[in-house]
Amino acid sequence: MTGGFEMGKLQLITKGLIKENPTFVLLLGMCPTLATTTSAINGMSMGLATMFVLVLSNMAISLIAPYVPDKVRIPSYIVVIATFVTVLELVMKAYVPDVYETLGLFIPLIVVNCIVLGRAEAFANKNNVIDSALDGLGIGLGFTVSLTVLGLVRELLGNLSLFDWKFAESDGILAFVLAPGAFLALGYLIVIFRKLTSKKAE
Amino acid sequence: MEFILIIISAVFVNNILLSQFLGICPFLGVSNKLSTAAGMSMAVCFVITLATVVTYLLNMLLVNFNLEFLQTISFILVIAALVQMVEIVLKKISPALYSALGIFLPLITTNCAVLGVALTVVQKSSPFAAAADGMFNLGEAVVYAFATSLGFGLAMVLFAGLREQLSLNNVPKAFKGVPIALVTASILAMAFMGFSGLV
Repeated sequence: MTGGFEMGKLQLITKGLIKENPTFVLLLGMCPTLATTTSAINGMSMGLATMFVLVLSNMAISLIAPYVPDKVRIPSYIVVIATFVTVLELVMKAYVPDVYETLGLFIPLIVVNCIVLGRAEAFANKNNVIDSALDGLGIGLGFTVSLTVLGLVRELLGNLSLFDWKFAESDGILAFVLAPGAFLALGYLIVIFRKLTSKKAE
Repeated sequence: MEFILIIISAVFVNNILLSQFLGICPFLGVSNKLSTAAGMSMAVCFVITLATVVTYLLNMLLVNFNLEFLQTISFILVIAALVQMVEIVLKKISPALYSALGIFLPLITTNCAVLGVALTVVQKSSPFAAAADGMFNLGEAVVYAFATSLGFGLAMVLFAGLREQLSLNNVPKAFKGVPIALVTASILAMAFMGFSGLV
């Protein structure tokens, strides 16, 4: 019995990676996905920032959900999320100003990231604090990994470097760092992801 | 003259969808049909322009009291309230317009384009500002917001037209839906890159 229970908790964390991967399966949070993945490091920092907000807002919302009237739940969730985003903004400005500068506008825009509000609405308001925190952690992890992979691919093709380590002197295909490459790389990654997961299912 | 520069730059060079990546959700979500894409663009245009005026004035108040860190939280609340209000007013005043835009309005609250433009306009680093301190004045802010939403509409309508044609074609199974749309968007973005250096 306890074993099954533990498995359930583990599943909350791992489902974000493949089955409910926010980027490749649910296709949520496309704006930061496309905009901030110019390199693997940038993608990873954006993913971690979103994970921070996701875990905290999931926990807070699962605590307040029983007391919030149904009619005003969406605005109140948005206020909770915006509060944690403001906390994140101030923390990042104080301790990692470089990262804050690079990600720029997309840090405050975590407020309107559909992943965060989506998890509040679909999971956190029906489950307890611990499960909600784990759910936030899992989905956040899936988002971070996807963004890092996308960033890695774009950095590799566009700049011939890996995690800011440049392994070749020549220039890459510049378009992959710019806007068109973002769409193209994401499109092809989704295709590869679909191919891999459908094979596994068979 | 500088208004024209702001417009060209916001519509073509720094297109909100294809080079700034704001508002990608409706770009991929409601671009299956030309008519819905046009309706969405009109609703977004209306809300972005209105929201920018209101948040610009609100920001003056925040700056006055040294409360800039409340920008994010107050802007999103104002935008949410504004969208609700627009919905109610439109229902009463112009039922025809309401039935055209109605279904899109609730979606717009969580459209990052609206908050994104509102925040860009009040941030110091606005790239096209004419004034010496790099800040938009109210007139420039309105023009910028309106031009940005025009750019949104242009990209939306172009993309919806492409997708309507695309739905008639045979694509590999794994590419069905969003992936082929993304590849198409990539080509469209490449076309828009041709405008860079225009301003």
